[in-house]
This record gives sequence, structure tokens and C-alpha cells, in this order.
Amino acid sequence: MKAVGVIAGKVSVIDRDDIDTDQIIPKQFLKRIERTGFGEFLFYDWAREPGWGLAKNPILVAGRNFGCGSSREHAVWALEDYGFEAILAPSFADIFRTNCTKVGLLPVALDETHCRAVAQAGEAEIDLENQEVRWPGATARFEIDADLRHRLLNGLDDVALTLSREEAILAYERERERPGPVTTAL
Amino acid sequence: MAKINPKTLLDKIWEAHEVAPGLIYIDLHLVHEVTTPQAFEELRLAGRPVRRPDRTLATADHNVPTDGTHVVSRIRDELSRVQVEVLERNCRDFGVPLYSLGSEHQGIVHVIGPELGITQPGMTIVCGDSHTATHGAFGALAFGVGTSEVAHVLATQCLVSNKPRSMRIRYEGKPGFGVTAKDLILATIGQMGVAGATGHVVEYAGPAIEALSMEGRMTICNMTIEGGGRAGMIAPDENTLSWLEGRPGAPDEIPSEWRSLKSDAEAQFDRELLVDASAVSPMVTWGTTPGMVVPVTGAVPEPQSEHEERALRYMDLAPGTPVQEIALDRVFIGSCTNSRVGDLRAAARMLDGHKVARGVYAMVVPGSQCVKAQAEREGLDEVFKRAGFDWRSAGCSMCLGMNPDVAAPGERVASTSNRNFEGRQGRGARSHLVSPQMAAAAAVAGRFVDIREWTT
Repeated sequence: MKAVGVIAGKVSVIDRDDIDTDQIIPKQFLKRIERTGFGEFLFYDWAREPGWGLAKNPILVAGRNFGCGSSREHAVWALEDYGFEAILAPSFADIFRTNCTKVGLLPVALDETHCRAVAQAGEAEIDLENQEVRWPGATARFEIDADLRHRLLNGLDDVALTLSREEAILAYERERERPGPVTTAL
Repeated sequence: MAKINPKTLLDKIWEAHEVAPGLIYIDLHLVHEVTTPQAFEELRLAGRPVRRPDRTLATADHNVPTDGTHVVSRIRDELSRVQVEVLERNCRDFGVPLYSLGSEHQGIVHVIGPELGITQPGMTIVCGDSHTATHGAFGALAFGVGTSEVAHVLATQCLVSNKPRSMRIRYEGKPGFGVTAKDLILATIGQMGVAGATGHVVEYAGPAIEALSMEGRMTICNMTIEGGGRAGMIAPDENTLSWLEGRPGAPDEIPSEWRSLKSDAEAQFDRELLVDASAVSPMVTWGTTPGMVVPVTGAVPEPQSEHEERALRYMDLAPGTPVQEIALDRVFIGSCTNSRVGDLRAAARMLDGHKVARGVYAMVVPGSQCVKAQAEREGLDEVFKRAGFDWRSAGCSMCLGMNPDVAAPGERVASTSNRNFEGRQGRGARSHLVSPQMAAAAAVAGRFVDIREWTT
């Protein structure tokens, strides 16, 4: 995963609540076995409605409960491939938010008033190190888990980090692992 | 005597699986073809093995045709075929047991886990699928995860996660005649909203929950994610233990601690919600989220937001339209929410002496090959076929329409699945979520009916 630095630039806006991952990337594109190339299918059905426009900017501002529904990480891959580096919304669905953090697409929760102000301003700077979103004339602080922030700032690989705790995992398996079920013995 | 440090069921399972702070051990990892190819590829590129193939089980469900095709090489859709072939190759290469197309145990991942008895109380379970919450019906902590986390669990058998907050939804009163588990959960989501449980693990409790069959409990836990919840769970009881008895994955002797696995009486939850089960009616969704739902005796509401206005336009419904006047083109009985043998029995009971309405196409997709075989032993397939239903083979099918089972643009569907999102069951298709009983009766009437007045 690449390290997340200061993300600065213009913002794109989708002023809708409860945007589900079925809209972000419809099911027909989940048949791909690659991790790349999803950007052109982003919001595939909505993009075919009259009046739709979504500029390729580093920052997307959206409504509440963004990314609800299916766990498909393809939604995050599509947003990232399209060019977004951060998503600003009043709230996110849990699995989507976690998926974002695994890929390095920064999910930033800001209250609705601030989200609207950023959308209005049309540009912003997101500073993960200082946990600040800055836009012309204003600044807002956002909360993020300290370990997660460290991992994102340094682009650390989760699997490698966990494998470095092999001793603890082995000890768990030796002393506390739950017996069964054994799937290979069914 | 009051316990000094009372704990919730979530606390107990979490503590038993904490390898280190923020790192929990996973007892069972379920795998399917859609969310795993990139994860196996990540392992391959890094030269990492699957740490615990004996704690991992795969099946093909999302993509598979339900027309009886039983050999992967005969799947007509090329992309689907390749994806299932890749799953077969990955499972072979990494030693993961697989029930692919053609296996007598193939089926929807959240149907086969409980069916095999490998979903057990006190376990941690993950799968690259948001409906993994289903397994919580057995008193397990079961999460949906994304593909990066799938790769992480394959490689380490652990999940990086902070402990979610706890929430209890308690049902008071007795549900009335004709009110099913599906109606209870739809009404709950209607009450709390589609983000009502975000960040929380929900424990469902109360006499109405205790009175449910395991299948009903799975329906409830399954849809936790539709209310935003991370996982849903129900404390195990005699019902849970008798389900498990004799299943291939269950232990010969039921461990005594399963009986005492529950939240302590004084345990504090971060949130509590009360639902009056006695006030719940058979429910029908009218919009494009599961929270846009009304009793079948009600009418399509006046929109309260732009979101709801858009939903009404998409659904082509006018405010004030009585739900029972909404005419249907298709009926789908299936999905990880409602495709178990109990669901099929309940639906079949509505059909005695009836025929599917002219102009309505109705299909039943059993959740697994085992469910299909059991239903056929009981003659349920004949009941459905006599009524004019299409009797299909197992898979996720029209719940998400990745296989050829999709609705046409503009078609209106009564569906026992879990999501009525725009385009979910086919581009431009209009989905109404209901119980299996409602779906069966609606297929006959060609519109929604109050199943409390249904006669066979």
C-alpha cells in the first residue's frame, strides 16, 4: 500500500445519502479476477442518467452512510482507479470504511455542515498527519484511530505486520485455540 | 449474586479470541468465488501459504447458473466460468476444501455453514460477504470483510480489528399470526434506519427471538448489515443445540459451555433498542433501501426527502397507492435470507390448490443442494411446480443477479432476498422485499396480499 500524504485539490460532489456499493460498482463487473481497471465502470448505471457528471478529482464529497450494503472491495478499487484519493462524508458504512483503509483511499468523516462547506468551496487539503481538512477560509479537525493513521501515513502492509507477530499467533494456537470444526475432515 | 464484572456475549467471544490488542483469531473462514481471486493472487505473489486450510471452506454460489448445470466447464457465461475455475484452481493449489458446482454440498455460503454444523456457538467467523452476520444466529461472532481482509485471514488466520460497540435489540410482546422473522427484521430496520446499528454488533433478545426457529433466527441476523450493524448474534439455547446435533461438523458431544454462553444479566450495552413485536404486521418494502418499508395494510408514503423522491421515481410508485394494489411481474423465493427448507415449507403451504397468476414468472432457488434434496424428499418441489413455479438449482441467483437470473428493466419483483437497491436484481428492475409466505401468496394473487387473510 502506498503511503497517504497530504491530499490536495478540487472536490467532486455526489449529494446523496446511503450510496450503496451496488451503485458504486454494479455486480456485472465483479466477475473480473483482476484488481485493476474498475474505474471506467464507477457508478456505471448512474453515469448513464441525463445530467450526471463526476469530475476526476482527488477528493469526493458524498452524503451520509456512504458505501453501505455489499462488502465488495471492488467499490474501493473503482473509486481509487477513477482517481479519488480521499472520500469526505458525514458517515461511512463499516465494511466500506475498513476496505478503504486497506487500499489507502482515505475515508474522512466530517459533520454535514463541514461537508457542505467543502463541497461549496470546491477545493480542499486533507492533512492526515495533523488530522485536518482545510479549505478556503476554514479548517476542521477529524478523528481517526491512532494505529490506523500510523499505518496509512507509512503505507504499512497489514499482512506483513501481523506475520511479524507470529510468536503471539503460535502461542494462541498452542494454548487457546478452540477445538474444531475441521473443514478438511468433513 | 450480581457478577462483579458483567459481560456481554460479544465481550466473552472477543476476549476468547484476542491474540493481542486489536488482533483477533478467526475460527472459520468461508470463501466464495467473487471476493477471493485477488486475495489468493496476493498470497501467490508474496509466496505465502494459507495458514489454516483446516479452518477454511469454499463453495461456488454467487455466479453459478441455477438451470441444473453441474459441471463448471459447462457454465455458458465465460466470465462466470473463469471465476469459478479460478476458485477451483486456487483451492487446489492452497489445499482449501471446496464444494464446487456438482458437489452435493454446494450452495450459498451462509446456508451450507450451518447446514454442515461448522457454524457453532462462541466461534469467530468471517467471509468476504456482508451477509456473514447470518452465522450469528448460533451465538457466533460473524463478520463480513473485504478482499484485503480475506487475504489477511488466509495468510494469518487473524483479523486486525478494534472491538465494535455493543447494541441490544430487545423484542417485547408476541408477534401476531402471519408475522414472520422477515417481518420482524424489516420492521426493525424501518424503525432504526439503514445506518441505525453502524459500528455496533447487535445482540437480538426477547421472547419473540427465543420463540423463533434457527432458520428464523438466521433471517434476522442475516439482515443486520441492512441496518448498518457489523454483526448480529443470538445467544444459543436448546434450539441451537438440537440444530447442531448429528451434523457432520458438530462435535459428538455438545460442550456444556455452549449452554451458558450468553450475556450476563447485568451486562451493559452501548445502545439498547426496544421493538414491540406485537405491533409488527407482514411488511413490504416500497423504496430502494430496506428501511423504506410499510405494513402490507399500508400505502406508499409521501416522500420526506430527495432520497425518497428519487426512490419513488425509480420504483414508479405514487404516494398513497395501497400496497395491496401493487401488481407484480416476478417472484423470487431464495437467497441467504430465506432459502432454507423451513422457508420453502412455509411458502409451499400458501400454494395448496393455487396457481401463479397469469403474467407472473415465479422461481424458487433452494439455498443449497442439500436443501433442494430435502425439499424434493418432502415433495415441496411438486407443490411449487404444480402451482406454476420454476424449481431451480442452488445459488445466490436473483438476489444479486450475477448469474443469468435477472429481472428485465421496469419489471416489478416480490423477493425474499435482502436488498432492494437500484439495479440490484437487474438494471432498472424494481424490488420489493417480503417474507417467503408473502412472496408465495403474491405470486398467486399477482399483487401483495395480507397473508393473515389467505386461505388455501
